[in-house]
Amino acid sequence: MHSFDYHKPSTLAEAAALHQGAEDAAYLSGGQTLLPTMNQRLAAPSDLIDLAGIGELAGIATASGQVCIGACTRHAEVAASDAVRGALPTLASLAGQIGDPQVRNRGAIGGSLANSDPAADYPAAVLALNAVIHTDRREIAGDDYFLGLFETALEPGEIITRIDFAVPARAAYQKFPNPASRFAVAGVLVADYSGDVRVGVTGAGPCAFRALAFEAALAESLDPRALEGADIEGVIFNSDLHASAEYRAHLVRVMAQRAVAQLL
Amino acid sequence: MDEERSSMKLHITVNGADRRLEAPPNTLLVDLLRRQLGLTGTHVGCDTCQCGACTVHLDGRAVKACALLAVQADGHAVTTIEGVGSAQQLHPMQEAFRDCHALQCGFCTPGMIMAAIDLVEHGVPLSNRAVREGLEGNICRCTGYHNIVKAVLQGQKAMAAADDKQGAV
Amino acid sequence: MSSATGIGASVKRREDVRFLTGTATYTDDLNLPGQVYGVFLRSPHPRAALGEIDVSKALKADGVLAVFTGQDTAADGLGDLPCGWLVKSKDGSDMVSAPHPPLAVTQVNYVGEPYGLVVAETLAAARAGAELVVTDFTELPPVMDLATAADAAPIHEGLANNLAYDWALGDAAATDAALAKADHVTKLSLTNNRLIPNAMEPRAALGKFDPASGNYELHTTSQNPHLERLVLSAFVQIAPEHKLKIIAPDVGGGFGSKIFVYAEETAVIWAAAKLGRPIKWTADRSESFLADAHGRDHVTSAELGLDERGRFTALRVRTTANLGAYLSLFSSAVPTYLYGTLLAGQYKTPNIHVETKGVYTNTSSVDAYRGAGRPEATFVVERLVETAARELGWDPAELRRLNMIQPEDFPYETPVALVYDTGNYQASLERALELADYAGFAKRREAAAVEGKLRGLGFSCYIEACGLAPSQLAIQLGAGVGLYESGEVRVNPTGSVTVFTGSHSHGQGHETTFAQVVSDKLGVPFDDVEVVHGDTGRVEFGLGTYGSRSLAVGGSALIRASEKIIAKGRRIAAHRMQTEVENVAFEDGAFISGNQRMTLQEAAFASYVPADYPPDLEPGLSEKAFYDPQNFTYPAGAHIAEVEIDKETGVVRLVKFVAVDDFGAVVNPMIVDGQVHGGVAQGAGQALLEHGIYDGDGQLVTGSYMDYCMPRADDLPDFVVDTTVTPCTHNPLGAKGCGEAGAIGSPAAIINAVTDALGVQDIAMPATSEQVWRCLKEAEASEGC
Repeated sequence: MHSFDYHKPSTLAEAAALHQGAEDAAYLSGGQTLLPTMNQRLAAPSDLIDLAGIGELAGIATASGQVCIGACTRHAEVAASDAVRGALPTLASLAGQIGDPQVRNRGAIGGSLANSDPAADYPAAVLALNAVIHTDRREIAGDDYFLGLFETALEPGEIITRIDFAVPARAAYQKFPNPASRFAVAGVLVADYSGDVRVGVTGAGPCAFRALAFEAALAESLDPRALEGADIEGVIFNSDLHASAEYRAHLVRVMAQRAVAQLL
Repeated sequence: MDEERSSMKLHITVNGADRRLEAPPNTLLVDLLRRQLGLTGTHVGCDTCQCGACTVHLDGRAVKACALLAVQADGHAVTTIEGVGSAQQLHPMQEAFRDCHALQCGFCTPGMIMAAIDLVEHGVPLSNRAVREGLEGNICRCTGYHNIVKAVLQGQKAMAAADDKQGAV
Repeated sequence: MSSATGIGASVKRREDVRFLTGTATYTDDLNLPGQVYGVFLRSPHPRAALGEIDVSKALKADGVLAVFTGQDTAADGLGDLPCGWLVKSKDGSDMVSAPHPPLAVTQVNYVGEPYGLVVAETLAAARAGAELVVTDFTELPPVMDLATAADAAPIHEGLANNLAYDWALGDAAATDAALAKADHVTKLSLTNNRLIPNAMEPRAALGKFDPASGNYELHTTSQNPHLERLVLSAFVQIAPEHKLKIIAPDVGGGFGSKIFVYAEETAVIWAAAKLGRPIKWTADRSESFLADAHGRDHVTSAELGLDERGRFTALRVRTTANLGAYLSLFSSAVPTYLYGTLLAGQYKTPNIHVETKGVYTNTSSVDAYRGAGRPEATFVVERLVETAARELGWDPAELRRLNMIQPEDFPYETPVALVYDTGNYQASLERALELADYAGFAKRREAAAVEGKLRGLGFSCYIEACGLAPSQLAIQLGAGVGLYESGEVRVNPTGSVTVFTGSHSHGQGHETTFAQVVSDKLGVPFDDVEVVHGDTGRVEFGLGTYGSRSLAVGGSALIRASEKIIAKGRRIAAHRMQTEVENVAFEDGAFISGNQRMTLQEAAFASYVPADYPPDLEPGLSEKAFYDPQNFTYPAGAHIAEVEIDKETGVVRLVKFVAVDDFGAVVNPMIVDGQVHGGVAQGAGQALLEHGIYDGDGQLVTGSYMDYCMPRADDLPDFVVDTTVTPCTHNPLGAKGCGEAGAIGSPAAIINAVTDALGVQDIAMPATSEQVWRCLKEAEASEGC
């Protein structure tokens, strides 16, 4: 691993200032992607700013139709949280499917979303559960957050502080994992907001997206069969050695159908 | 860009002992354990955070020591395989692994045991399937997992029995 | 003797405690005073001419001590890494062996090939130094396609083409004639996918040179330290054997991949002497993927002829085997003598002919990986047999029964050069059918269909030739060394026993099983027997552990040495008892004559304190034996796989796996079961998950656990294993070997089950979900027509 300066600020302002003052800083959250990448010398930030000391980034709260997750909340905490399991069990279930147990004990939601791996699980939830991403500067609607491959609406140095998920009437997440890495080849979260259906898809494109054609079909009829004729348009499906674009598109449909069947 | 940054002072409880240590920021926890503390029971089997051979406990939860900086353990408690049991007194999970022939070359074994203990301590009562899913983060090339699964289920019972015994005392 | 610790007892492993408590010593756990670190310069290109290597910046970097290149090793007269088995082409010519310098000198031939070694005070400094080396590569077009590689422009300068050999075995004319006459011919084109062994401990080396004595000492991850020493001494010419000590301490798995003598430990021990400092190198997993020898990688076309009654009349096999860029230590033998000779399987096929073209490509070397040739042979035979049964409407079990070699046929000479000594193949099959509840399969299939799932069941009745090998036969067939094993049994003065074996344990449990054997044979307590292995400084000689040979060959050597101990003990006892040697029996650890009794321990003491002692007998009680097997051993068995396929996603789930194996006499059933479990998991990995893939540009695209799919706990079911026993007829233990069987039998069984479920003739390994989905889609489309 290349050398870097390590910082552990206790406030957001301090963290942002450190970032601004550094040559090429990176924030450290759970580190489950960043640290292996640095260890393989594929990333070499000049400064690493550990967000673990900032109290306000931790914690889970539920309030008026919302589940609010602090950015440094670990996947295992979300999966095991009584509050999340009570109000939004699909989110707990999704968190419990990320990586493996050890990764879930370290990895955190804010880091996952800032990294925006196209095969990460949380992005499907951000889109389908109409999330609002709070940062140290502003609020970003989930729909505006994912811009492309590893590209988000975050500006340089901006820190995710909290993610608010809107609690639907019912929801379900189905994931087809990559058999090697266990990342999502296709992950689909379907949420029913009393007739208004949102479908978030991860793993299938350069970044997570909403399957608008599926949403329209499901708004007509919340039934797995409704998706048979619905085709996602405007998305270039990923193609790699684990799944061709054609197979991925198929898997997205199957996962969506299974999610619908599960939530009914 | 690779000039050595000055070492940081760290205060880590390692296997129950207070340790005052120094390491440069780019030191992984696994390297601190293996190279500085000589705790070579924690192994490195990959460089992508997948194999789980480096699994240790951080404040009682299983984590991969190859995906954690030593400095991130500052102020925390780290338990390695060396802190779990000894040749004289094996931990019930270690005993179960031995009893079930759940190890062959032994390289994945420490990580497997650390993961298994966390699984039992923090999970719901385990079934065969739940053990298999719970060991998703640990790769073994020798055993085909058959005896590992058997051992974790047996270790779960033994750990419960040991707890009962302790509770009764 | 049968006891709680003797032969046949599931003794808990004594080596376990150190592994369980984290106190084992693997190579990377060792550190020496003054130790420095090595990092290899590796080719980013599959094929390129090596130009100038500018090391000036690296040498100026903090902590960097030296950069060695292939020019340096060549200038120092370091020899090439040899291939130890000379295979001849069918025209009688020797195989074409491309020179393999430890560090590339003029050209690199696969991605990851080492061409230099950077040594620095710290690992970080060595890595940083390696990044500062500027190498001038001139890229050359790589040869990547196995099917067309032989006739492509030669990879290696001076070679006519990329064909290392064109080998054949069996009677071509008779086979052709029998196929022409056959009532039915089943044909298959098969691919045996490239695998990457992935022992969990990456390879490592720690080399040291002592200038005062001129002694070299190399700790390394080896399955056969003496063979390593022999090669480094005789071929690479590091140092004469008496000045070179090799220690393979605890080794974290091998599966074949740690048999071979690699460039890395060669360069490390050489450079340690050049630099005058101990050097440690430990592979990153990424390096292991690139530079460990890979396994399998065949394309094959095969035909099986049957007569009108379903009897096999002929088998013709044409295989092209990928050998990679260089011939690794045993590589040439794997797709020839360890493959073609096994094509009779368990059957009385009278005519067999096989041709294997071994070809060079710009990939990592391909060599022995668990099973080594025998899984490939089993895959060909068992896929053909199952397919023939389906084509002809036979029950696959019944077609096998009809053609199996029967117990009364032994010894059975196959048309492909082997003589099977013993077996009862049908017994294993019947037991497997029972354990698999074959009779209930139709109902399970129906029940699965109701759930929208496809169920399939597949067989594999495999045979393997293990216990490598009768030395004269092996040498006659081109082996560079004999394949006997050595053992030494040293009874210490107070009666405890130290056993030295040339076999090496890297997970197999020799410290337990070999102690069981000697304790049983000598009648001394199990706890009084210690097993030493893996150190050329302590063990006289050895050929190591591979080919499921340790117990059958190494264990037999210990039996022979123990017999010598008993013989000598009888002479000591006879002297003390004032009787003739013939009158002294040995039972349960004691020499007995009439009512006189002398324990082995007492005899040992007498031998070291020879007060009242036969005058013509040497003091001491330590005996050696070299055991050279008379034949291969032939473990065999029946494996049955049951799979369930999710029609929507194509995911194949292995729901049941039954393995009934005949390993001859078993020393420790617990360990044997464990070996089968592990082998089956690797075979399931080959069938369903694992694939080493190079793209057309020569890059390894499955170069990490993110893309190379290792079987995990949730990919596999519990396994059902059992054994049947026909003892090997020609070794004193009656043992046949069990290490590879799981990996040999299982791929064919699983693919037979997948094709059964899908109703297709073939599917390539690994049967990934996308492939299965495509099969289903095609079937749907054709039905729709």
